[in-house]
Amino acid sequence: MKPALDYYEDAPYFQRPRIEWPGGKRLALWIAPNLEFYELDPPANPQRAAWPRPFPDIDGYGTRDYGNRVGAERLMRVLDGYPTRVSVSLSTALCIHHPEIIEMGLNRDWEYFSHGIYNTRYAYGMDEAQEREMIAESMALIAEHTGQHCDGYLAPALTHTESSLDLFAELGGLYTCDLFHDDQPTPIRTRSGARFVSVPYSLEMNDTIVYVVNKIEPRRYGEMLKAHFDRLYQEGADSGTVMCIPLHPYQVSHPHRIAAFRDALDYICGHDGVWHATAREIARHYLDRYWHGA
Amino acid sequence: MSLDPSYLQYPKRRRGMDHDRYPFSMLHERPPLRWPGGKPLAISIVVAVEHFPLNQQGKPFKVPGGMTTAYPDLRHYSLRDYGNRVGIWRVLRALDAAGLPSSFAINAAVIDRYPTLARTLAARGDELIAHGLHMDALHHQGLGENTERDWIESARDALAAIGPEPRGWLSPAKQQSALTPDLLHEAGFAYMLDWVNDELPYRFSTRKGSITAIPLSTELEDRFVMLNNLHSEQSWVTQVSDAIDWLGSEASPSSPRLLMLLVHAWVVGQAHRIAAFETLLARIARAGACLLAPSAVAAAGAKS
Repeated sequence: MKPALDYYEDAPYFQRPRIEWPGGKRLALWIAPNLEFYELDPPANPQRAAWPRPFPDIDGYGTRDYGNRVGAERLMRVLDGYPTRVSVSLSTALCIHHPEIIEMGLNRDWEYFSHGIYNTRYAYGMDEAQEREMIAESMALIAEHTGQHCDGYLAPALTHTESSLDLFAELGGLYTCDLFHDDQPTPIRTRSGARFVSVPYSLEMNDTIVYVVNKIEPRRYGEMLKAHFDRLYQEGADSGTVMCIPLHPYQVSHPHRIAAFRDALDYICGHDGVWHATAREIARHYLDRYWHGA
Repeated sequence: MSLDPSYLQYPKRRRGMDHDRYPFSMLHERPPLRWPGGKPLAISIVVAVEHFPLNQQGKPFKVPGGMTTAYPDLRHYSLRDYGNRVGIWRVLRALDAAGLPSSFAINAAVIDRYPTLARTLAARGDELIAHGLHMDALHHQGLGENTERDWIESARDALAAIGPEPRGWLSPAKQQSALTPDLLHEAGFAYMLDWVNDELPYRFSTRKGSITAIPLSTELEDRFVMLNNLHSEQSWVTQVSDAIDWLGSEASPSSPRLLMLLVHAWVVGQAHRIAAFETLLARIARAGACLLAPSAVAAAGAKS
């Protein structure tokens, strides 16, 4: 085990080269619904139990299934009212289980990136060949079922090994969502030296962290989103910032929560200086203009 | 270090679900469903009346709300029993003052221990739902089929002794074994409230026929919001209110919506919470919704 990560250099926030977003926008906003499939009876992983209750954990399973049966479409209808761009963190087995959801996203010009095969199959304990196989298969599923090249990766259930980022970069990925160290894109050093970047995702604004871990009230989540936006928008006048809103249809789409999210989105989208972008567009813009100079 | 090769094999990766209990279906694609009375939004209130045993075994896990300290846990035992002695009577008075119907999910042990309460609930004519033997009688794989069948039939018969044979079932802690739906169907139950994966009733396959699954809005339960999340009573009312507003805005005659609200006599029946429950009941009364018993919800679902 290493005492620290060595993916990125020291780069004090207010002393970096200025980032300019297209059209002189201040803040790049991307929406990241996690479309996931959790298995009822996954094989055991030596380091993490898939479910807190014994088989069949219909409480945990049913909660996630709600996201696909009810939440996904409800979230789509809200997002349809705004110019936001969406990049999906995808349990890629969903391409096979529920292709109708994938199709609905494609009709909205959504980007898909890999969130592993299932959110009940963890990287913990995999050797490098196994993890490479898992990541490569997930990228292949996206290519086959969406026609898109998989440019981004968020590890399934945020389960990582020391090799996860190296492997994804070697397999042709452009960006990782697994690091939470910054509000701007960061060049990431991997063992192959590939052009590779971290695009800010967020745990602080992640609905599951907010609702399940921190047990925040729905309307307060809306206020947190606005406050997060306000500061990044203000700072973005000097150098472009990134705001990501990571969502889970099984959390944010509950009828007692969705209005608070919509109200925050309404507020954010009322600002002219927002670049509505996909994660891929943010990564490419940064890689093309700033990666070498950072 | 590496994982067994089976960890990278996916034998149930196929179209639809990874089990055979129900087909995948998205809410917005459902066939038309009509509530009695024709209103687009239905609300169903379920009050849980529960007994938490002092000698908790905790198999296969300690039930949420159960005993916590070393034996004998007088504080949690009696605090939960408060619901059966005081809380439920406050809840009944609040329901009657609001003029709203409710159904009651009752542990068999409550019927045994509180005969006056059992007779009162039966005499109201509201729907009574079997809620297992007690809160430490969790349904799980370790029970075996015969024991689980006996538990289900005993809980059914305890209710049948004070009123009509129950049509509905709520497992303690919503915990099922892999056989629970089959045994419920075979014991004559028309619906179960355990699966939380939807907002409308749907058909759920068992080994000899089908049962209706009616999902409860677990994340709006009094216990979940106020005791698990530690949100205030006022916030709970706001959250349920926001849900009513949203579902009302989505509901249409061709695509109705449903709010299934579970509350617990030992939670909302506390003196400091009952006013919030009364506020919420007034909000529900103004919602323009039809108030349905779960069996009416199940019947409407079966026709869709």
